[in-house]
Amino acid sequence: MKKRDGNEGDMMEGDSQRTTVTRGIAQKQNISLTVNGKPYELMVGKDITADHTLAYTLRETLGYIGTKIACDHGSCGACTVLVDGEAVLSCMTLTVECDGKNITTIEGLESAKTGELHPLQQSFIDNTAFQCGFCTPGTIMSAKALLDKNPSPTEEDIKKELAGHYCRCGSQYLVIKAIRAVAEKGR
Amino acid sequence: MGGELRHIGKATPRKDARIIVTGRAQYIDDVKLPEMLYGKVLRSPYPHAHIRNIDTSRAEAYPGVMAVLTYQNVPSWKGGIPYHRPVLDSTVRFVGDAVALVAAETVKIAEEALELITVEYEQLPAVYDAAEATSPEAPQLHEKIPGNIFPRGYRPIGDKALQEIVMGDVDKGFKEADFVVEGTCAYENIPNPLPPEPPGVIATWEDPEHLTIYTASQSAAMNRNFHQPLLGLIDLRVIGTQCGGSYGTKNANMIPMVHATALARATGKPVKIYFTKEEHFNAYSLRLGSRIHAKMGIKKDGTVTALAGEWFVDTGAASEMAQVQVAVGCGEAQLLLRCPNWNLQPYLVCTNRNPSGVVRGFGGQELKSALIPLLAIAMEKADLDPLEFFKKNYVKAGDGYYWRDGIWWDYRGIDFTKAMDKGAEVFGWHDKWKGWGKPTAVNGSKRIGVGVGVHGNADIGEDESEAYVKLSPDGRAVLHACVSEAGMGERSAVCKMVAEVLNLPLDRVEITAPDTQVNPFEFGLVGSRGTYTVGSATIAAAEDARRKLLELAAPVLGVKPEELETKDGLIYIKGKEQAAIPWRRAMGIARTVTGQGRFETDYSLCNCMMIFAEVEVDTETGKAELQRVVAATDCGQIIDPLVLEGQLHGSLGSAGIDTALFERSVLDRSTGHIMNCNMIDYKWRTYIDLPQFQNVILETPIPSHRFKAIGVGEVAPAPGPSAVLMAISNAIGKQIMDYPATPDKILKALGKI
Ligand code: FES
Ligand code: FES
Repeated sequence: MKKRDGNEGDMMEGDSQRTTVTRGIAQKQNISLTVNGKPYELMVGKDITADHTLAYTLRETLGYIGTKIACDHGSCGACTVLVDGEAVLSCMTLTVECDGKNITTIEGLESAKTGELHPLQQSFIDNTAFQCGFCTPGTIMSAKALLDKNPSPTEEDIKKELAGHYCRCGSQYLVIKAIRAVAEKGR
Repeated sequence: MGGELRHIGKATPRKDARIIVTGRAQYIDDVKLPEMLYGKVLRSPYPHAHIRNIDTSRAEAYPGVMAVLTYQNVPSWKGGIPYHRPVLDSTVRFVGDAVALVAAETVKIAEEALELITVEYEQLPAVYDAAEATSPEAPQLHEKIPGNIFPRGYRPIGDKALQEIVMGDVDKGFKEADFVVEGTCAYENIPNPLPPEPPGVIATWEDPEHLTIYTASQSAAMNRNFHQPLLGLIDLRVIGTQCGGSYGTKNANMIPMVHATALARATGKPVKIYFTKEEHFNAYSLRLGSRIHAKMGIKKDGTVTALAGEWFVDTGAASEMAQVQVAVGCGEAQLLLRCPNWNLQPYLVCTNRNPSGVVRGFGGQELKSALIPLLAIAMEKADLDPLEFFKKNYVKAGDGYYWRDGIWWDYRGIDFTKAMDKGAEVFGWHDKWKGWGKPTAVNGSKRIGVGVGVHGNADIGEDESEAYVKLSPDGRAVLHACVSEAGMGERSAVCKMVAEVLNLPLDRVEITAPDTQVNPFEFGLVGSRGTYTVGSATIAAAEDARRKLLELAAPVLGVKPEELETKDGLIYIKGKEQAAIPWRRAMGIARTVTGQGRFETDYSLCNCMMIFAEVEVDTETGKAELQRVVAATDCGQIIDPLVLEGQLHGSLGSAGIDTALFERSVLDRSTGHIMNCNMIDYKWRTYIDLPQFQNVILETPIPSHRFKAIGVGEVAPAPGPSAVLMAISNAIGKQIMDYPATPDKILKALGKI
């Protein structure tokens, strides 16, 4: 193998190749979206590219690391966030599709002023409805979408809503219990 | 005892509960270091090949690429047992094996650079079956492993490490038997435990002698213990991040760690390697394959007189520490069977597929899942109820066993029969059990069947742990113990123990980060050992600190230390709580009081988990559905009821109970590819398909430590697969001897296809 003498030369030499990577985004435009009430202007080609998923933008560009990516292929629910109140898989949503959208992530559930937790978050704590916790943010977001629409879901409703959420630790039973406890109060 | 305890036994919020539910918990991909680079791995498309030529020049020239490594320019570190896995090799041994490593400024650049590497392979014949791999004509995988059978001489866990079960006289035993049966059972699904968070690690060299690793591990301590020798005993500091599930697999985290370390050395920058889910499927820790052929002698009363056979253990292309899994499995077989005559010979074999690694169940689930269906043949012959058979045969005080270390240990724990009986009662076993091969109920084409399995492990007292407890004058305590958090709640459990000993509110006790530099020695949070081992060290440290504190207070209060009591950061003469002084009056404000504790290995106790399963089989479609599970155990003393509930429910996860039904890696034996490397084709149980699940947890005090508790978390899934297979076999009246019992196998057994 050829021995490398340094990186700088390599970088300059390859610059022409790099443009091909971003060629698809010739027309620059801005995407505006709101995350947890905070407005953002994202410049296409600079802050985001056409292939950035919402999960990637939230985590890597905007720093909302509470949104988790497990499969990155729409099959585990870990990355669930709310887009205009609907539970959405952010790993299967392109950021460029989110212009004008209102996004809520797990970080947006506690009161920014008082630090008071959302009743679902409190109930997950009270029922220890997690083990490793990696599935927890996504699961809570789906549960919130459900309760916002249906404040008193049955156990079957809850299971259906969470059908796409992978929990490998075996916390599903306590998750259902935690959500039911909130639903009971909603009655 | 429960009534006297302030924290232990009560459901208390996990210490990390708030950061988890608010999304603030930092998992490995949430950690970024300044100037950090991203590592990616070029993986082999072939199951077995020599690398004839490899050209990395275009990748090296790609802007943003900081290093490209191949077998020609990596450090000479070797891992595995025996040391047989170099950082990169000129031979690849499974589809997904590492060929080259790239470090770049972004993940995307690193991925693009991989595509610019051209490799010329010379394909070699591959072997996928454990028995075939041992034939003289089979392709050979490793020079160090002649005949593809790992040599037994290597003893990572002591001079006499258990390599087989040989005792008594099996010929004599067979003569004493009323029935002698023989059979083969295969548990070779090689499923993936698949924690939600993919494996990941960040390596950063402070200087050539000092390496820091950030790892999403179940055990930062084990990461250090495991890797320091293979890196030439450099100063290795390991810091654990929050871990998004492990189930054993992220204990050692060897391959990503070694790769990130090599790239970090080549670039002089921190390097993160974070697997994609596809890599997680392709190139990370499957369960061991397990196949047992055995002959068993049994008496009419359920006494097992002899067991002789061969246990083929398939570890795939390499062994992380499969020898230890075999040793523990052999120990566990003896907890299950009080049999005086044994000759069980394990063969640890390598084949051309993604290697197995450390997985919850650790040899035991693999052994039991194959052994219990064989015992079922004997039980059926003797017309014995499996519940009664297990009750009779599970280890009891006065019995003993050769454990992992090859040493005979006399068992001094409790009789688990009570938990088994209670589980049977809750499940309704006596009504549902109709005899071997008989369904519990028939409803048209649907048949209900029941089964039961049992498992236990003496690892609850394995290896050493140390802890310090530091008291400060403001009435607070900090526990220094290297405990990572991968979901077991152990960090909170040990804080509860400190708070209990010192009679403090829970929020006055904190635990240090899982960082090997600031904590004393810890073996690692593996198996079910936390409660007894880390617990014992913690309790001893807290008691030591308390004693020292009261010694300081005694002259201040003018009495002997034994006459003093402490509560909520105050000290008082027993019975005179109103005249209490704060800790700072005893300590002064410029002092810490430090207690130390240590635990030494003790294999004389074990745990026990029994799983009862009820399935419904549709004899038209062959589909089996798990309808009900009862998990029964006795843990001595519950530390936290909700944490424990969750762990027992965990038998549905981590490639546990569902490996009897549908969970498997589908290995294409013509190409060596695993065909279902994504979370749609790899089947997992959804919320909609949850069975009814009840836990039966008894608390018979166990002579472990002050709180009479032992751990049971790790063993929860292990008895599940054999229980489900038994239930299916009873439902359809045909014994199935091969996992998973998919519809095709069921229909075949029924003679329908
Ligand atoms: S990470 Fe988005 S669905 Fe799995
Ligand atoms: S809590 Fe670990 S995956 Fe759900």
